[in-house]
Amino acid sequence: MDKILVSPNPHLHSKTTTKVLMRDVVIALLPAVVVSVVFYGWKELFVLAVSVLSCMAIEYLITRYCLKKASTLGDWSAAVTGILLALNLPSSTPWWVVMIGALVAIGVAKMTFGGLGQNVFNPALVGRVFLLISFPTYMTHWEIPQGLFGVDAISGATPLGVIKEGLMQGSTVPELMASHGYSYSQMLFANIGGSAGEACAIAILLGFIYLLVRKVIKPWITLSILGTVAAVSCVFWLANPAQFTDPLFNLLSGGLLLGACFMATDYVTSPMSTKGGIIFGVGIGFITLMIRYFGSYPEGVSFAILIMNSTVPLLNNWFHQKKYGRA
Amino acid sequence: MTTTIIWTIAIISGLGLLLALTLYLVAQRFKVVEDPRIELVEKAMPGANCGGCGFAGCHAFADSAVKAANLDNHYCPVGGNETMKKVAEILGYEVKEKAPMVAVVRCNGTCEARPRTSEYDGSISCKVKASLYAGDTGCAFGCLGCGDCVAACKFGALSMDPATGLPVVDEEKCTACGACAKACPKAIIELRKKGPRGMREYVSCVNKDKGPSVKKACANACIGCGICQKTCTHGAITLENNVAYIDFEKCKLCRECEAMCPTGAIHGVNFPKPLDKDAIKARVQERQKKAREASAAAAEAAKVAEVKKEESNG
Amino acid sequence: MARRTFSIGGVHPADSKISRDCKLEYLPIPPTVYIALSQHIGAPAKPVVAVGDKVKAGQVIAEPGAFMSAYIHSSVSGTVKSIGPRKDLSGNNQMVVEITVEGDEWMEDIDRSDTLVTNIPEDPKAIIEKIKLGGVVGLGGATFPTHVKLSPPPGKKCEMLIINGCECEPYLTSDFRTLLEKGEQVVVGTAIIKKALGVDKATIAIEDNKPEAIEHISKVVESLKGKGPEYSGIEVLSLMKKYPEGGEKQLIDAVMHRQVKSGGLPIDVGAVVDNVCTALAVYEAVQKNKPLIDNSVTVTGECFPKQANLIVRVGTPLNYVIDYLGGVPESAAKVISGGPMMGKSIANLDAATMKGTGGLLFLTREQTKRMPESSCIRCGKCADACPMGLEPFLLNRLAKAGDTDALEANAVQDCIMCGCCLYSCPAGIPLLDVISQARGQVMGIMRARAAAAKAAAEAAKAKTE
Repeated sequence: MDKILVSPNPHLHSKTTTKVLMRDVVIALLPAVVVSVVFYGWKELFVLAVSVLSCMAIEYLITRYCLKKASTLGDWSAAVTGILLALNLPSSTPWWVVMIGALVAIGVAKMTFGGLGQNVFNPALVGRVFLLISFPTYMTHWEIPQGLFGVDAISGATPLGVIKEGLMQGSTVPELMASHGYSYSQMLFANIGGSAGEACAIAILLGFIYLLVRKVIKPWITLSILGTVAAVSCVFWLANPAQFTDPLFNLLSGGLLLGACFMATDYVTSPMSTKGGIIFGVGIGFITLMIRYFGSYPEGVSFAILIMNSTVPLLNNWFHQKKYGRA
Repeated sequence: MTTTIIWTIAIISGLGLLLALTLYLVAQRFKVVEDPRIELVEKAMPGANCGGCGFAGCHAFADSAVKAANLDNHYCPVGGNETMKKVAEILGYEVKEKAPMVAVVRCNGTCEARPRTSEYDGSISCKVKASLYAGDTGCAFGCLGCGDCVAACKFGALSMDPATGLPVVDEEKCTACGACAKACPKAIIELRKKGPRGMREYVSCVNKDKGPSVKKACANACIGCGICQKTCTHGAITLENNVAYIDFEKCKLCRECEAMCPTGAIHGVNFPKPLDKDAIKARVQERQKKAREASAAAAEAAKVAEVKKEESNG
Repeated sequence: MARRTFSIGGVHPADSKISRDCKLEYLPIPPTVYIALSQHIGAPAKPVVAVGDKVKAGQVIAEPGAFMSAYIHSSVSGTVKSIGPRKDLSGNNQMVVEITVEGDEWMEDIDRSDTLVTNIPEDPKAIIEKIKLGGVVGLGGATFPTHVKLSPPPGKKCEMLIINGCECEPYLTSDFRTLLEKGEQVVVGTAIIKKALGVDKATIAIEDNKPEAIEHISKVVESLKGKGPEYSGIEVLSLMKKYPEGGEKQLIDAVMHRQVKSGGLPIDVGAVVDNVCTALAVYEAVQKNKPLIDNSVTVTGECFPKQANLIVRVGTPLNYVIDYLGGVPESAAKVISGGPMMGKSIANLDAATMKGTGGLLFLTREQTKRMPESSCIRCGKCADACPMGLEPFLLNRLAKAGDTDALEANAVQDCIMCGCCLYSCPAGIPLLDVISQARGQVMGIMRARAAAAKAAAEAAKAKTE
């Protein structure tokens, strides 16, 4: 014992550090990553690698040379953004588009606000939406899964896209479902077309359960999104099954599960309180469905989450923790 | 086509007029009538809003000064006499001039003089540290070195010296607003008279412990030996709770105490010449010797007189 | 069956009760003791002995300095060597009475035998007076004078006495050992406090990580049932292990499902909470005439070679305790007085124990060093952990902005300083450091405001009269 250490209480600290939390998110994303690589092949692995590496490189360069601070790569948050961005892109996205996405995600959505913890909007989603608006050709050019060893890529549209297109041309939902041969089991285990993270609902749910078990996140936001989507689509579907898709289809298609489990639950851009989280989730679910049913885009999860991100400061202001001894 | 344009112009213009009217009415309704002198006084103020005057900011000071009957309780330490003259002119009051002051750090427990006895592992804040314990040295009174004073200074006049671990006051920038003195949980920083050409003497220690334990904790500390008090011929030095204090109103800047201090706890700053310790020491010792001799002689004389008196009586 | 616990927040640090099997052991009397004059919340006691006086163990050496104060007794026999300032465990000066030990002679009226005295005095006032004369203070950590706590303000009625045997702090085991080895005395002490308060129900609450203690105390309670009316209505309650269960407000919530209002006292919801060691001290003071001159101290830590639960005379130098067990190990970096969550970091091992010293914990640098602070990721773990339902991340931000009004509105004054927020923060932000400062500041403002309001009311009253 050299010099006695003196500090205010408490003298013990939880082992769950930011790094551990972020690493848990990466671990939770692994099933989705593995499945997407298996389904979409080497190209997907390439997109993932480019996305993660460029996110980390951009964060490093900005902290090191613009902010002149110690590197924050150790907290793994840039890696999480990179993986999420890649899972939100089609596997056919060219490398330079991925890099632009990473630059917008980290450089604009995260670092300009002051880095981890300060950003208002989910960085990966900002990157994705930026690309969706700027490079619609690449972003809606989905490839039909050919597997790890598939030879020729066949391009096509996502189920949501197919149905939106079909409805505009006057077909009905059941017709379209049947003619394209969409089945729920296929959607649960291996999606037909879409961004990489939409490949397999089971893989995403596995990751979600891991996060719950590790107490990284609480289930309320995810459950309220899924519940709202199910309930609202149920109402529309029952009213007019020819025009509106059914709840199960809505839950399993598109990026809803990925968004609800991993993007909406992002600490920084979601409300702190349980009540706020539930309202946040209801908002996301509702806006998603409105875009899907009435919007011009086939998919609305990204927009819904970003719109609700902007309400978070307000929700944090309105809803607080239940305090002891104060009714 | 023409009607559309006309209608558009009419509606937009009407709307504009309506809104302008609303704005005007609201402005009239919520108009705050303020003494125009408040604004004048505020303009004369430095505008630092430091709170050094004891008011929340320059506006609060101006408001209070205008309402006050005189300026006895209003003095802006930042702007000093010049600002106060202007304020007095605006309000037609008398102003009492004050000697310029400066913040003085009364701790010289440098890293070498005051060895660290523990390692602090908490927030870098003097307040937090002070509420936790006496500090990471043997001295329970000295500077904690976390820089609360630096953070409190709105004028950038304070900085931590990494070599000593103590704050340093930039006299040019210090406005004597007192924010640092308030921020220091150990009450080390004191506002003292700046002195002629910045020259001043002060005891750079506030340790109230008894000599031996102080000496163990810090080589530069005031040990309360009282030599300075005995040396001072102006009655400027008081010794209370084992620590000396120099009254800057009485100090004549003779530097004798500084030369005599056995630990170097008394600091003199901005003197043109370096302290000639030996010469002053010799001078003081000579004077004290003479005084001793004189008092001995006086005592002797008194004794002789006494004896004579007795003799004459007898 | 669901395990009972408090309803808001809480954390689960590792139990680490490695000294749980060490029997209570009497520490030899040190050559010199330093008995502090302020060992309780409230005004310091006034010394009634002079330098050179001979004192016996159990003799009063200081009297209460005010209503909220306590008697202090000599814990040894010997000569008063000095009365003056001495550095306490934080390195600040504190007034102590230094006594050089000569032999071990006790006051004649103290019953030092082991016989259990179960007959309880009839008069509650006499009981409280004896507790006061015995210098008993709360031994759960706050050292609140017990006689004050047992005299509820007029108009307030106690409905339940809660004896706190949770010992929710990791590492500490002195309450547990006391329950196991002095369970009878604790239960009699409980009955005495019950009598003093005139309350029918008492609950001895023990966390379920101490099944032996729950079983033992249940048996003792059963066996003492026939000894008198005071012994009925005592219940043993098993609570789920969760920190800070032993916090007064949390315990009341867990046991009675009632919450004390902000700024209120437990008595407002009809509860009085006392620690098991306090119950033991009450037993000794009332039944045995033995004032509070020793207390049990857990000495522990993974890096400490010899775990122990010692009964230590008040005023024993910490160094003496540590040297008795083999000295400070090389790998220890921090020594804590109390538990690891709310205990105080010791800067000066020359300091002496006090009535409230419940543990000496040694931690290594790896165990206790704070991690470097990184940015808040708004995970909300601090808010989930706070047992008062506060939002530490928000309070931290407001405190840094100096917004005292918003701090008050967000209830910073309700903070109980349990440390759950800082414990759980994944970014290592020193939340509690900042919040405790803000809390002090806001409480100061509230007190000043209350005083001003009171003065204004009095002035108005004087005017009308």
